[in-house]
Formats: sequence, structure tokens, C-alpha cells
Amino acid sequence: MSGSDPGKPVIQVKDLKKYYNGTDIKALDGVSMDIYKGEVVVIIGPSGSGKSTFLRSLNLLERPTSGTILFEGQDITSPKTDINKLRQKMGMVFQHFNLFPHMTILDNMTLGPRKLLSMTKPSAEAKAKELLKKVALEDRANAYPSQLSGGQKQRIAIVRALCMSPDVMLFDEPTSALDPEMVGEVLDVMKVLARSGMTMVVVTHEMGFAREVGTRVVFIDQGKILVSDTPDKVFENPDNERLKTFLAKVL
Amino acid sequence: MYYSSLLALELPEWLSDWLADIGDQFYLNFIKDQRYMYILKGLGITLLVTFLAVLLGIVLGVLAAIIRSTHDKLVTDMRGGFGKAVLSALNFITNLYLTVIRGTPVVVQLMIAYFVIFSSSNNKVLVAVLAFGFNSGAYVAEIIRSGIMSIDQGQFEAGRSLGFNFVQTMAYIIIPQAFKNVLPALANEFIVLLKETSVSGYIGLEDMTKGGDIIRSRTYSAFMPLLAVAAIYLVIVIFFSRLVTILERRLRNSERQ
Ligand SMILES: Nc1ncnc2c1ncn2[C@@H]1O[C@H](COP(=O)(O)OP(=O)(O)OP(=O)(O)O)[C@@H](O)[C@H]1O
Ligand SMILES: [Mg+2]
Repeated sequence: MSGSDPGKPVIQVKDLKKYYNGTDIKALDGVSMDIYKGEVVVIIGPSGSGKSTFLRSLNLLERPTSGTILFEGQDITSPKTDINKLRQKMGMVFQHFNLFPHMTILDNMTLGPRKLLSMTKPSAEAKAKELLKKVALEDRANAYPSQLSGGQKQRIAIVRALCMSPDVMLFDEPTSALDPEMVGEVLDVMKVLARSGMTMVVVTHEMGFAREVGTRVVFIDQGKILVSDTPDKVFENPDNERLKTFLAKVL
Repeated sequence: MYYSSLLALELPEWLSDWLADIGDQFYLNFIKDQRYMYILKGLGITLLVTFLAVLLGIVLGVLAAIIRSTHDKLVTDMRGGFGKAVLSALNFITNLYLTVIRGTPVVVQLMIAYFVIFSSSNNKVLVAVLAFGFNSGAYVAEIIRSGIMSIDQGQFEAGRSLGFNFVQTMAYIIIPQAFKNVLPALANEFIVLLKETSVSGYIGLEDMTKGGDIIRSRTYSAFMPLLAVAAIYLVIVIFFSRLVTILERRLRNSERQ
């Protein structure tokens, strides 16, 4: 897909390196990647390989040690860049949902649009309710997060991010904290989102999802990208030894 | 015959003497020369000073807590420059404030405030409010800070990832949750402060304790005025403790059902 897209990449990562303060572990050791509009990039790799660090660098939750990240042409680490403005266009979904427990579902979803996009309360709520309908949770609008199941919480977390009308959605192991019977409902929402054309970067251990909706699968090990290819190639015909070992373990 | 035996019910002599004595004492300590006014006026001063000092303490405490947690959260991420210098300076001042206030007795602080810092002022209420407010702020700061620290880092990241800046994330997401978590501790601080203001007599401020003590010095009987003062403190403390329990339950319910 990236080959056929003539436009500029939405996200352009060049030689990204990250050493955490006080450690000499190279969490990221020179990672470069172009992500184009409409792509669903699935990042796989062993535990501690740097997947989260990479994803969290994309919206500057982690500050890279060196390298550049361009989002829609802007260098996100530049002091001249308003990172808060850019983050509005990059939705993020966390492993542990991180819904705001002191607010209702509706308030969770409308806080950003109202305070950051200056939407009026009625229009923000109308938009939120429309999205709630899409994830079949419209009857939970006035509930508090503690009243929802894990799968429901994660679906809310996804639509909360969507309320900001982002250009890109980042997912860090969105189903890893869920009971097995709830994984499907969250993946289904993500599949619908992918098919709607959303640009997505997904860190996951769900190989079925990677194979089915990924436009590209990236294998990271020890802070380096070892493989970046189509799901077919990665899963049917892998030629990297470390990838083969990894797949043998998880499949 | 039946009635007369009831009417003839006589108290034992020691009991009726004792009651009469109490009556006299009560008259002497509270009624005569309207002495109860010392306690009543004193109660007003006590409540006024406590209330204003708590407000000041919360403002100072929240500020100090925000400076310290901002410093802890951000300073490793900042790449030098003006912002970092300002933040470090503020953090230093805050730490100095917390150390000095928590390392010295409140009575000494109160006297220093009245006899040294504001020696030209005669407004004892104002001096007491400032002294107790600054004192309380140092303790409130630690309460609020522990509340902020108790909030999961994921809440902070969720706020920032939506595009909120540091201050907005604090204001909309972190502080409301932290505040709720520490509400019992804050209410306790109010109760502690209410009792601490009883040393106001050291600067000649006629709070409730001083009021009771003035009566004692006039009537040469300590029992009634001091017990009355103690009882009033106790009632207020119990009242506020109840109020906090109710408030806590309300807050908890709003999250659950
Ligand atoms: N805040 C941190 N401080 C120090 N080291 C860290 C920190 N976060 C991650 N690391 C280290 O950086 C490396 C990469 O971590 P990262 O979380 O990116 O891995 P991951 O691929 O997401 O792993 P997992 O599958 O377990 O989530 C690991 O060695 C980890 O121990
Ligand atoms: Mg991870």
C-alpha cells in the first residue's frame, strides 16, 4: 500500500534512538519508518524489545534521545512545535484503558472536544453519542467507568480518542489486559476502524489481527526493526531467523 | 396519699447541696457580668481564624504541591533554559518553606509573626490567620502531593495524549481525583488547625481558649470555664467528623451508582 500511495508519509521516523535515563539499555537503536495515510502498521516483537517505547515516542510521551520524527511534516521534538496541538491529531489507546474514573462515559468523551476544540456541549455530546452507538454502548453514556467491563472500557477508550477526530490512532497492546472472552469485541471495533480508512499503528500480540487487517507487519527486536513487510510474507514465508523463533513461540 | 408521697420525694442532702453549688458556680462563671460572652466571642474568633487559615492553607498547599510535583515530573524532560531555572528556583523556595514550617512549633511561628514580622500591626486576627494559614499550608502541601502521587501515571498520560497541556491535565484530571482521595486527610487538617488555634492567647488574641482562661482568672474557679471550652471544641470536632463521613460517602456513591 505504501508503495502505491504517492503522497507524503503521515509519520516519518528517522534513525530514532532512545536510552532511558540511568540505563545503558538501547530501548530503540536506530529505528526508521514511514507511515502512510490509511496504513495499518502492526508492530510485533518479544517483551522488552522496544515496541512501547517506539509507539510512545510517536506522540512524545517518551522523548527520544536522538533522531527525528515528523508528523504531517512537522518535527515533533522541535521546541517551536506545539506538541499539544499535534497530540490532538494522534489518538492513543492504552493497555489499561486509562478512562477518567471521576467522570461519566459521556464526560470522558466530551472533555477533550469541549476544552480543546471549543465544541459546544450539545454538539460534543451529539458526536459522542453517535460514536457510542457505533460501539453499541449508547445506553452507558451516563455510567461511570467502574461500572463497565474491561472490554467495554477499552471500546470507550477508543471512541474517546476518536472524539478528537484524530488523523492517526496509536494502540499499545489494547487487548492484553482483557479477559479472553472480551478480546474479540475490542478487535472488532479496531477492524471496523481500519476498514474505514483510519491510519493506525498497533502494538499487539494478536497475530490473527495482524494477519487479517494489517497492511504491514513490523518485527522489532532489541530496539531494531528486523522485518517490515506484508502480513502474508511475515506469516507465510518468514526468512529472518529471529522472527521465525518469535513466531514459533507465539503462534 | 399517693400524690403526697410523690411530692414529698426529697433529695438526699448531699445531692441537693451539690446541685445548689453547681448552680452557684454556673451563675458565677457564666451568667454574672455576662461572662459567657468571653466564650461566645472567643468561639467566633476561633472559627473565623480557623476558617480563613484553612482557606489560605489550601491555596498555599495546592500551590506548593503543584510546584513540587511539576518539578518531579518535568525537570528530567526539560532541556535547560529559562523554564527549568524558574522551576528549580520555585522548587527550592517551596522546599525551604516546607522544611522551616514543619521543623518549628506553631506557637513560635505565631509569636515570630506577631512580635517580629508584623510587629507594627495590631490586627491580631489577621496575624493569626497568616501564621496558622502558612503553617497549615505546609501540611496541606504534603497531603495534596501524596494525593497527586497516588493517581496512576496512566491518567496523566491519557490526558496529555488527548492534547491537554500540563496545567490542563492537572486541573481537569489529576487534581479532582487527588482532592477526592485526600478529602478525609484535609478535613482532619481542619480539625487539627481548629485545636491548634487555641494557642492564640500567646499573642493576646481572645479566642475561645483565652476566653475561658479570662473567666478563670476572674472567678478563681477553673473547673467550669475550662470544661465548657473543652466541650465546645469536642462538639465542633465531632460535628465536622460526621460531615466528612457523609461527604465521603456521597463522593464514593457518585462514582459507583
Ligand atoms: N521508564 C523506563 N525506564 C527505564 N527503562 C525502561 C523504561 N521503559 C522501558 N524500559 C526498558 O526499555 C526496553 C524497551 O521497553 P518497551 O517497554 O519499549 O518494550 P516492549 O517491547 O513494549 O515490551 P512489552 O512487550 O513487555 O510491553 C526494555 O528493556 C525496558 O526494560
Ligand atoms: Mg510494551
